[in-house]
Amino acid sequence: MLANQIGYYSLTLGLLISFLVCGVSINDFKNTNKRINQNILTLSFLQLTFVVVSFLSLIISFINSDFSNETVFNNSHTTKPLFYKISGTWGNHEGSLLLWLLVLTLFIFLFLIKSKEQPKKYRILTLLFQQIIIIGFFLFVLVTSNPFNYLFPIPKEGLGLNPILQDPALAIHPPILYLGYVGTSIIFSSSLSAVTQNYICKEWGQHIKKWVLVSWIFLTIGIMLGSIWAYYELGWGGFWFWDPVENVSLMPWLTLTALLHCIIVLVKRANLTSWVVILSIATFTLSMCGTFLVRSGILNSVHTFANDPARGIFILIFLFILISLSLVVFFLFHKENNKSKNNFFLLSRETSILINNWFMMYFLSVVLIGTVYPIFLDVISSEKISVGPPFYLRLIVPFLIPLLFFMSLGPRLKWIKSKIENKNSLIITFIVSIMLTFFIVKNLTTDLLFYTVLVSAAFFLFFTTLKELFIKKFNNGPQSLAHFGFSLLILSILFNGILSSETITNMKIGEKYVYSKGEIFFKKIEERKKDNFNSIIAYFEIKDKNGKTIELKPEIRIYNQPAIITSEADIKTTLLEDKFLVMNLVKGNEYFNIRYQVKPFMIWIWISVLLLSFGGLMSLFKKKYEK
Amino acid sequence: MKNNFNLLIIITFLIFCFVIFYKGLDNLNTYAPKIKNTKSIPIFDAKDFNSSAYLNSQKIFGEDTFYIVNIWASWCVPCRTEHPLLMELSKNQSIKIIGLNYRDNLDNAKKFINEFGNPYSQIIIDNDGTLSVELGAYGVPESFIIDKNKKILRKIIGPINKEILEEIKLIIK
Repeated sequence: MLANQIGYYSLTLGLLISFLVCGVSINDFKNTNKRINQNILTLSFLQLTFVVVSFLSLIISFINSDFSNETVFNNSHTTKPLFYKISGTWGNHEGSLLLWLLVLTLFIFLFLIKSKEQPKKYRILTLLFQQIIIIGFFLFVLVTSNPFNYLFPIPKEGLGLNPILQDPALAIHPPILYLGYVGTSIIFSSSLSAVTQNYICKEWGQHIKKWVLVSWIFLTIGIMLGSIWAYYELGWGGFWFWDPVENVSLMPWLTLTALLHCIIVLVKRANLTSWVVILSIATFTLSMCGTFLVRSGILNSVHTFANDPARGIFILIFLFILISLSLVVFFLFHKENNKSKNNFFLLSRETSILINNWFMMYFLSVVLIGTVYPIFLDVISSEKISVGPPFYLRLIVPFLIPLLFFMSLGPRLKWIKSKIENKNSLIITFIVSIMLTFFIVKNLTTDLLFYTVLVSAAFFLFFTTLKELFIKKFNNGPQSLAHFGFSLLILSILFNGILSSETITNMKIGEKYVYSKGEIFFKKIEERKKDNFNSIIAYFEIKDKNGKTIELKPEIRIYNQPAIITSEADIKTTLLEDKFLVMNLVKGNEYFNIRYQVKPFMIWIWISVLLLSFGGLMSLFKKKYEK
Repeated sequence: MKNNFNLLIIITFLIFCFVIFYKGLDNLNTYAPKIKNTKSIPIFDAKDFNSSAYLNSQKIFGEDTFYIVNIWASWCVPCRTEHPLLMELSKNQSIKIIGLNYRDNLDNAKKFINEFGNPYSQIIIDNDGTLSVELGAYGVPESFIIDKNKKILRKIIGPINKEILEEIKLIIK
């Protein structure tokens, strides 16, 4: 009750402070004083505190199962474990928007502290642009999705959190993803401010690069956590489904990756300024666009919490205001640096980064079209279609081949103008990759030529980066590590795709099912009672061709609140492969639907993503990077 | 000049996007598949269930009678509920039931037929599901009623129930 009130009022106060900050900043902007007005910092800190208080009160309401709060009533239940009561705070629309606000205010406060040696006007303008976003979100939360709505009479019991969200990976997935996703707002504000101040230069590049890296690392890990969750919780046995919600997180990742590379050019050569600005704007716009697509209910997705059209219209209008604002700023103030234009040589680091950009833009447009096209078609011709994996795979996979080659060669080139050095060793690596691939792939697939080329391109990158890591003694460690991680990711995904096998059948208890690669024996089932669900645990014995037996125990959970049945897959993970078994209840029948999958190299997909982000982390802490 | 032109194009495009998204918000998200009544059955070759020989669609639908194509699989649970109704329908002389065994294990499928009976005058195999896609199917089970001109009259998504059975009987009378 009390927490509810405190939460609501601190949220309102937070909004008021936004206006105060804007007022003080505009005054200070005209002031000729060299240092920024200390009040601005204090106010920003106060705003952050209010949002934190508001967030904490929502958490407290969740912990106390205070059902006078509508959000708690809709998303919690007394029998839920404490951990999920807390994570339920951001497992719903209202709470997750509060988390948005928290990250927005946290980042602008950190920005103000960390940018003391930057020009004053630039800092103030960044703050102002960020405050526009913050005000927009405050209004959005307070007007359309207030997390502190009061319910009377107070219900005795809540409706419960959707069981598929009751999962450890998913409890930390939103905060981490948001740090990356919302963190891009700082890049957006600061690049707009830098454009107006004509401050897109080496110094700015060095300063903003840290923010780009931080967002990129969190976004990468956040996407991975979501993917891990989908892998074992949704029970399809895959890790990426090209679901709209996955796509909208991938799109800012692609632009952010391109931006990261462009900023290196900006720092080194004071070039590609337009690219940097446009990518900064695009990254945040795509984040907002993603929020709109999944929250408005315009697309069907796991993350569509509520289909309230008012919310959709609000974000839509806000999104277009931000886009128009950034367009106006860009067209009015941006001046292309003419003197350094057109002096790119074909064989140089700059050119290879430019090529990388074009690849990222291509992947982006594929994903964007695949995600948005069904909406356009629906509105224009009322025809409903859904775009699935074949579309994305066909358009993206072939282009990975040249991308992998450029990734192997590009970082070996020098700035300005260069020749390829160590040609012989490169050629040897290349031949080894092709031969290795040919021997591995020849018995596995029918499309020999395509896979040989694709896998050997991945191996080529794998070996060249591996060699750089060990022979050159971490000369350019972060980059080599990240690229090595990427090659490992592609290799694991490819072999996972080629070698995966799946068996689906219906079985009764005590039945034995024999298939080409072994046999599955359904031993027994056991029932167990837990606080918030009853579970049926099945015992399976799986014998493979070599006579090795493993036991898998998939589970069916029948949650009491809300009454939902979920299937929990049982997965045995080893370094070489995952064995994945999931079963489904067949209503009014003694049969269980069984789905058994062998997925090679699953764990390497996660490991390689971690390597990729660790490369980013190293770059963040490596002080004299590339000096 | 060029800059202004670019700006104009971008603004037009943005307004277009805005309108589309705005209208998209009004659209319901429920999915209601429609079928165009004039669609003929596609011409295809399919493997026979019993002999593994390839059959042409013109041969399968060669007789001058009503046909019903039923997509089924041994792993599909609703198929089990509709099977007795198909058995009942198979007694009717004026319609022939063609079974399309969808992404199934042949042994399991044969077990299924032995256990529940065979209502089909012919069963063809669709191992990779492409044939079902060609027919315009959304899932299993699904049934297509085909008239004497080899046009798809009606599509039944999901299992056949008693009401639909009566409807089918009415159509073929």
